[in-house]
Amino acid sequence: MISLYKVAAIGDKDSILAFRAVGIEVFTAYDHQAARSLVDRLAKEKYGLIFITEPIAHLIPETIRRYKSALLPAIILIPSNRGTLGIGMADINANVEKAVGSNIFANN
Amino acid sequence: MARLNVNPTRMEMTRLKARLKTSTRGHKLLKDKQDELMRQFIGMIKENKDLREKVEDELKDAFADVLLARGVSPSEMLDEALAIPKGSIRLNISTRNLMSVNVPEMEFVHEKTTEDEEDIYPYGFMSTTSQLDDAVVKLSNILPNLLKLAEIEKACQLMADEIESTRRRVNALEYMTIPQLKETIAYIRMKLEENERSSITRLMKVKDMISKEE
Repeated sequence: MISLYKVAAIGDKDSILAFRAVGIEVFTAYDHQAARSLVDRLAKEKYGLIFITEPIAHLIPETIRRYKSALLPAIILIPSNRGTLGIGMADINANVEKAVGSNIFANN
Repeated sequence: MARLNVNPTRMEMTRLKARLKTSTRGHKLLKDKQDELMRQFIGMIKENKDLREKVEDELKDAFADVLLARGVSPSEMLDEALAIPKGSIRLNISTRNLMSVNVPEMEFVHEKTTEDEEDIYPYGFMSTTSQLDDAVVKLSNILPNLLKLAEIEKACQLMADEIESTRRRVNALEYMTIPQLKETIAYIRMKLEENERSSITRLMKVKDMISKEE
């Protein structure tokens, strides 16, 4: 069955405005309440992939975690225009730790 | 290790033996699953890490261009230029079964409003600057990698969950269920043998008494 999903980006306006140029739907959020309701709304509305900037994701860790074990939507952290906070990387390491029991890539 | 609270009967022992067999088989299967999941996960997480590093770098680059574009032109102009996208991106998502973990497979579908494939700029060139062009080009070049990152990262998240729960089940079987069953079976066997011995001695005693009376 072919079903098309939409792609969204959430973050502060300066960081993600340019995503609109490439056809990704852009939603701005600045505080955790707006971000949380936005993520929940988008998840219901057939968005299959949501990019969210790290500073915003940092405000709503529980919400992000809730969607982690769901098949869709995939919520992917991207750095904001002020550079990366390392949360995305930390998440990968957390995944390693969860699966393996200890971080086997810790040395590099 | 605690033994199960059951009656020491032959029937119970047969039942427990059947359970032990199932548990041992289940343990072996789960262990195999865990090993294979782990093998695939290690490969994917490495790719995930490299890809994220790359994408983050590229995004930083693109954002720098956007920042520059904002710097040289008023923000209303930028809003206006990007207000109506050239097309939109849709995802064709199918699922793939990776060792009983359903992971999404994503594929970009561009829905363009123009015929021209090369034309990625959603604006005319009159009021915009070349910095904005750079930013848009860079972003659209990053997109395939961004999508791949999304796919892999989601798969890794799902697999990490599955590996964790599989490991728990393996451990529960290995260190709780199987030892408990074994101990209970041993206990019942002892008890039954004990009963047998006591009935034999009783019979011998009775026989003794009868032969003495005669």
